[in-house]
Amino acid sequence: MNLRRRRPALLVPALAATALLALAACGSADAPASGSTGAAGSSSGAAAADGDLVIYSGRNEKLVSGLLDQLSAATGVKVSVRYAGSSELAAQLLEEGDATNADLFFSQDAGALGALGAAGRLEALDPALTATVIDGYADPANLWVGTSARARVVAYHPGQAPEAAQMTSIDAVLDPRYKGKVGFAPSNASFHAFVTALRVTKGEDGAKTWLERFRANEPKAYDSNVAVLDGVDKAEVSLGLINHYYWFEKSAEKGESAVTAKIRFLGSDDPGALINVAGVGVLKGTDQKEAATKAVSFLLGPQAQKYFTETTFEYPVVDGTPTPAGLPALKDLRSSSVDLNKLDSLDRTLALLGEVGLT
Amino acid sequence: MAGALLALLPLGYLVLRTVEAGDRVGAILTRPGTLELVGRSLALVGTVTTLCLVLGVGLAALVTRTTLPGRRVLAVLLALPLAVPSYVAAFAWVAAVPWARGFVGATLVLTACTYPYVYLPVVAAMRGVDPAQEEVARSLGRGPWRTFLTVTVRQVWPAAASGGLLVALYALSDFGAVSLLQFDAFTRVIHTSYRASFDRTPAAVLSLLLVVLTVLIALGERRSRRGLEQTRVGSGVSRRSEPLRLGRMAAAAATAAVLAVLAVALAFPLASLAYWFVTGLSAGVDVERLVTSTATTLLLAVLGALVTMAFAVPIGVLVARHRSRATSAIELGAWAGHALPGIVVALALVFFGIRVAQPIYQRTPLLLIAYAVLFLPAGVGAVRASVAMSSPRVEEVARSLGSRPLDVLRRVTLPLAGPGVAAGTALVLLTIMKELPATLLLRPTGANTLATSLWTETGVAAYAAAAPYALALVALAVVPTLWLMHAQGRLGESGESGDPCEPPTSLDQPSDPHRRRVP
Repeated sequence: MNLRRRRPALLVPALAATALLALAACGSADAPASGSTGAAGSSSGAAAADGDLVIYSGRNEKLVSGLLDQLSAATGVKVSVRYAGSSELAAQLLEEGDATNADLFFSQDAGALGALGAAGRLEALDPALTATVIDGYADPANLWVGTSARARVVAYHPGQAPEAAQMTSIDAVLDPRYKGKVGFAPSNASFHAFVTALRVTKGEDGAKTWLERFRANEPKAYDSNVAVLDGVDKAEVSLGLINHYYWFEKSAEKGESAVTAKIRFLGSDDPGALINVAGVGVLKGTDQKEAATKAVSFLLGPQAQKYFTETTFEYPVVDGTPTPAGLPALKDLRSSSVDLNKLDSLDRTLALLGEVGLT
Repeated sequence: MAGALLALLPLGYLVLRTVEAGDRVGAILTRPGTLELVGRSLALVGTVTTLCLVLGVGLAALVTRTTLPGRRVLAVLLALPLAVPSYVAAFAWVAAVPWARGFVGATLVLTACTYPYVYLPVVAAMRGVDPAQEEVARSLGRGPWRTFLTVTVRQVWPAAASGGLLVALYALSDFGAVSLLQFDAFTRVIHTSYRASFDRTPAAVLSLLLVVLTVLIALGERRSRRGLEQTRVGSGVSRRSEPLRLGRMAAAAATAAVLAVLAVALAFPLASLAYWFVTGLSAGVDVERLVTSTATTLLLAVLGALVTMAFAVPIGVLVARHRSRATSAIELGAWAGHALPGIVVALALVFFGIRVAQPIYQRTPLLLIAYAVLFLPAGVGAVRASVAMSSPRVEEVARSLGSRPLDVLRRVTLPLAGPGVAAGTALVLLTIMKELPATLLLRPTGANTLATSLWTETGVAAYAAAAPYALALVALAVVPTLWLMHAQGRLGESGESGDPCEPPTSLDQPSDPHRRRVP
């Protein structure tokens, strides 16, 4: 056995020990390349410096990093943002408990905020702040507030289901002609919200009957809304149950002419036209309460509301902000909107989906 | 010991969560869907593992034991699908082939991405085994096929089985691919439980069930190679077996089979990525982010592999040299961590990290520890196998000549384990590069790896923008894949070069210690 061969086996543990010690000793050594968040005020690398507002964002970096940079610039609050899925972050926040570093949770859907609120992890917001949003788009106990809204829509393939352009009720997707031709995302939070809306509008029995008929029509389950829309676009299915802005995202990515699928906003009073919100909550025990309040206030302000309508193609939640071009006015859909506060009975919705076999 | 405790962290966390649940546990376990879920997952694991064993052993035989044209190049190419993350392959298939969904799709993608786990060690083993046994069988009148099946396959079985175990656990714990392919496997339901209800209890109960399945599979693998693992001190002649001459038709058929595998496992996903890449070029590539993501991936993978191997080497030596109930339990415990979905391990480390290691929480050291928990078994397996192959007699001789135990460890045992350490390091590097869920939750704020950037882009349906990250990830992962192949193949190649000092290599392969000398 020569020396040359022997060395690596000994070097490995030795190097590893050294590396660990070095890293443990100086936390700042672990700034392996900052992401593209490194604009004004966003600190990257090591865990947040004291004084940074730590935001856990379940909303995609591509969609909101520009906005959070604007937030820093406008309010002078230095932010440090961690991106992951909303539900993963909610689970993480629940595991972290009161030891969390997070000050603000920016969620893709109200469900994750509701779960944190129910677990006592959210600090009540100033009622004056939550009062600025359209009625019903904030938690009744002020634990969280909606920041932007999105409508459930029916995506359709104009070649396969041209009649969907006139569709007014979600009941139309139960038509046997769409057997095996409807795409949906059973694990998606906004689908769950839609089912809750069904329960609110049709009653428990009515909702169950609807879901049973839906299942009998052999809908096709996809992993996400994005995948559902892709399915419609490629004519794997004729119809898809999604949120409106996915279509706009896809058009922005591929060019509108390259997207075959179209979307249809259903009529008022229909659960298929449910309005959902993305929103924020402040973590209990934050040491950045003032900065967090400033941040929430910014997100409800005109600059942020305009950002949502222009960049993410969502609806504003504060009256007076113009609706994005090409979208029906929110108030036309709003008359239909189910009371969002009734949407917190998620357990019952999931149980119902389990009973019917649509999970 | 610390390493073993570390590996058991997720288990501790799951038990804690499950105990909290109290009598709900029974209800969750007896839900009508649960048994079906177990059945479905086992069906997938069984099918994928069987296919991988057949493919891995068959392809290894073709490139090592026949006159297949171009076998040297093909032998390398056949290892490369390991560099393609299963979620990337799944994405390519879903985007292009609508029927590649559910059970069929999941089987196809997982088999294509994991058969090299079997193929690589078997190639090394086939190059290493002494052909004498086969020749004896032939001379006693067994035909070539029966000889292959009864003698050769038996000789390489320990190598194949340990690869098969990696495949089985991969198939059991994979989330990205089964989720994209809409196959309701265990991990998908565990994720849905987090995603849909924010209820961590059912997820914990199901994860524990997953651990039980894993331990059973690991025990099965161990049993399957009992009595087949050989260590020899002093042995026959060092030479290669005579390759099987393929006729024109047979060569054409074999070439077609190999090319078909390469087309499915390598060419198709790469072509899809290239297509997306080209369509997205007009939008421009975020070069800065691509470069920083690549650098971060590389740094984390190297550091993570070092930390993991620092724990894996002592455990591997201990497990190989001191077989007892305690060491068996440590080994099985480590495997259990390997089969858990990344999100579960990540949450376990969130739970413990923020309570006992706040200063390193969401900093690189804790992320590296997470990698160690996730990938320790791959390292331990490689080290254990290569130590186990070397006869303890060599160490006894060294001791009898007056070396102290620590000297023996330093001068004999570890050098003999060298190739195992190399193979383990390469394997761990490779898997860390592709890791996503634990990285997302535990990374330092603002740090992006190629996998997290890929996740970000696909989250907004920006497939074209995602393609450069996927391509960079595959390109980066090719390096440890080749290194792994090299580390595992060193024994085989040394046969050709005739280097008498070359130590043995490869996972679980019957030893060939005649080329080894006591230092």
